[in-house]
Amino acid sequence: MISAMTAEPSGLIYMVAGESASAAIASNIFNALLKYNATLDLEGDLAESWKISDDQKTITFKLKPNLSWADGRPITSADVLFTWKSVTDEKTRSPYASDYQLVKKAEAPDALTFTVTYDQAYAPALDSWSGLQILPKHLLKDQDLHTTAFARKPVGSNYYKLDIWKNGENIQLSRNAKSVLGPAQIDKLITRIIPDNSAQFLELMADNIDTMGLDPIKYSRIIPARPELQKNLNLYKELGNSYTYMGFNLKHKPFDDARVRKAINYAIDKQEIIDGVYLGLGINIASPYKPGTRWSNPSLQPYPYDPAKAKALLKEAGFVDTDGDGIVERDGKPFAFEIITNQNKEREKSAVLIQRRLKEVGIDVNIRAIEWASFISRFIKTGDFDVVVLGWGLGLDPDQYNIWHSSQQAPGQFNFIGYNNPTIDKLLEQGRTELDPDKRMRIYHEFSKVLLEDCPIVYLSAGYGLTAMHKRVQGIVNPIPPAGVGYDSHKWYIPEPLRRNEMSAQ
Amino acid sequence: MLTYLIKRVLWMIPMLVGISLISFFIMHLAPGDITNNEAAFNPKASEESRQKLRELYNLDKPVIVQYGLWLKRMVQLDFGNSFAGHQKPVFWQTTDKDGNVTKGMIQEALPVTLMINILGLIITLLLAIPLGVIAAKHYQHWQDRSITLFNFIGFSIPGFWLSLLLMYWLGVMNNWLPISGLHSLNYDTLDTWDKVKDSVSHLIMPVLIPSVTGLAGITLFVKNGMLDVLNQDFITTARAKGLNEHQVVYTHALRNALLPLITIVGLSIPGLIGGSVIAETIFAIPGMGKLFYDAVLMRDFPVVMGVLTIGSALTLLGNLIADVSYAWADPRVRRGVVRG
Repeated sequence: MISAMTAEPSGLIYMVAGESASAAIASNIFNALLKYNATLDLEGDLAESWKISDDQKTITFKLKPNLSWADGRPITSADVLFTWKSVTDEKTRSPYASDYQLVKKAEAPDALTFTVTYDQAYAPALDSWSGLQILPKHLLKDQDLHTTAFARKPVGSNYYKLDIWKNGENIQLSRNAKSVLGPAQIDKLITRIIPDNSAQFLELMADNIDTMGLDPIKYSRIIPARPELQKNLNLYKELGNSYTYMGFNLKHKPFDDARVRKAINYAIDKQEIIDGVYLGLGINIASPYKPGTRWSNPSLQPYPYDPAKAKALLKEAGFVDTDGDGIVERDGKPFAFEIITNQNKEREKSAVLIQRRLKEVGIDVNIRAIEWASFISRFIKTGDFDVVVLGWGLGLDPDQYNIWHSSQQAPGQFNFIGYNNPTIDKLLEQGRTELDPDKRMRIYHEFSKVLLEDCPIVYLSAGYGLTAMHKRVQGIVNPIPPAGVGYDSHKWYIPEPLRRNEMSAQ
Repeated sequence: MLTYLIKRVLWMIPMLVGISLISFFIMHLAPGDITNNEAAFNPKASEESRQKLRELYNLDKPVIVQYGLWLKRMVQLDFGNSFAGHQKPVFWQTTDKDGNVTKGMIQEALPVTLMINILGLIITLLLAIPLGVIAAKHYQHWQDRSITLFNFIGFSIPGFWLSLLLMYWLGVMNNWLPISGLHSLNYDTLDTWDKVKDSVSHLIMPVLIPSVTGLAGITLFVKNGMLDVLNQDFITTARAKGLNEHQVVYTHALRNALLPLITIVGLSIPGLIGGSVIAETIFAIPGMGKLFYDAVLMRDFPVVMGVLTIGSALTLLGNLIADVSYAWADPRVRRGVVRG
């Protein structure tokens, strides 16, 4: 099967490489202790079982017996311990180390047992162990993870192993005979590096690649209009774990006033953005969790589009149009602000629609799109902005302490909107230490409710991830389960007569 | 001549330092650094880890100190390693203690870009010189007019648009040429002849499209040069001697008309190294343009500085070669140089 990606990974040790391209390839090669199943519940990957102690501070993992690396050496708890030590090591520069640094003590009492102890119960711990790809100690113990050649010729344990990596051209994986999870169906996974999206699409049209991610216009306009493409391609859509929002700088007046924030929320027609910008391929959300998952509170409703209510709320907050120019004023100052966003077409278009709707309720909005690195360091870090349109891509654990807790406002931290709500703080703290899934769910349902009521951000939409796949690839579960289209790709297969000649010839 | 050469070469050193100083400051004055890239905007990535990274790369020090450190490494021709995830050497390969070779980023990208651009330049010249001569010979006749028209159509068409159309026509509608990339997936299993065919077919579009769109300038240059020369006395003399028109044009006029072309080719040397971001992105070619562009967006300073330094060194070298070959080709200049 041939796919395409726009950026080349810098290396295949994900915890130091850090970018999504690296994760996409490395996840076919390495395993973690745990993984998410089709319905997004955790299950064992390398681990056969795990146990949480009564005080909720210690987790004991039992590895599956008789596992081996692709080179035949056994996988033991020493490898797990080595991986943990590497990621938390002073000298290792991993962007994701913080979860693992909370582990006070990690031990490998026997070859199949690995225990970690935390200072206090830490609910996202299990999720974090599904994200740490276990590395082979025997190959890496004297190596510098940042420069080792291993990152470009890794030895892993998962369904595939790396065959060839042609810089800037393609990465070729083939089936790992010693896979700890049994054999995969498809012999070879080839990922071509094609930076330009249009070129990728031409390759898809010419049947040189089997799958690629689509944007809404290709999904809903171009492919349906071409019978020859429809004949060859299956289309899939799945809700991603990300959303676009408009965030207020809560330290700036008048955004410290919840009535103003709500007025703006009522004034924006979210459905219009979904239809206009995402061609209907998104949904309106009311909480920062993927709808349909455990953590998303089903009783919450998004703010409807209601300009009359918006005007009433603005009036209540003291904004009235006194001089008849169509813009509301308070204390003689017109209500005007600037929306900043990074150079992302969808966000820019959303901002334009927002600008128009806010004009209708008497708010004057400017839009500025800024290159990413400048955007972050010049505006977000310094807090020098009024309103942003941005997105969050989130993990599967519901903990969002870093985004909403009032302690996370220092420059470079993620509560850059300056949100400070004691109720939210308390719920986030509780949610972090509660390991019981049901109790935890109730905490996050409450958290989402308070957040929606307080309206520190306006949820604009959650877009669908869109995928085109050649029909020769079969065995894909449809409708797509919550875990997404690729979660069981090892079960996909390509029937013999449909295989590509140039690949079977090898 | 030798003193002139030595002087020119020595002059390149302060020039290089100046160029590097300016580019270093411009790059570091741009907001943001490697820790601000999009992958790092992830709630799981902590500010402490970013700070650690900044300290490690000395990004927390004043720019002038950073420049000093960089210059110190440069004196030993050490271009350093990329900041990005897995720190590949910027310029040339390194070998670790186990004998694993990691190739340098510029080492890999430069030959690709050079090959494509030199081929492109050769094709441009091969087309532009005859076209220019024909246009001059038939000045203001239909041949001249249609060449000018053709050139300006090529000049006005955006390269990326033409590329996409041709990719669609030659690659999707008809399976004549590969759409993108440098090699087929099964390249390694092919025999030598098929390898050559495979490479050539992958190169046709990326080489030809920029040649056609870049044709206008050089054709016009050759044409104007020819027109100048054709009106000079020695051509009249040649004609008076009874030489046939072919000899007049190709033996006497063309050689003189081509002299200024050396300057143009010399000036295009930086372009040969730079590579085009747009073309490389569309055709999925891992060349210098893409390398540089990505590095700027990532604020990957060692790569940016490496590309700029090597680029400017080669540019200065290119200018030198152009000047020297000018002197070689034109006795008038040569004598002027010797006397000076």
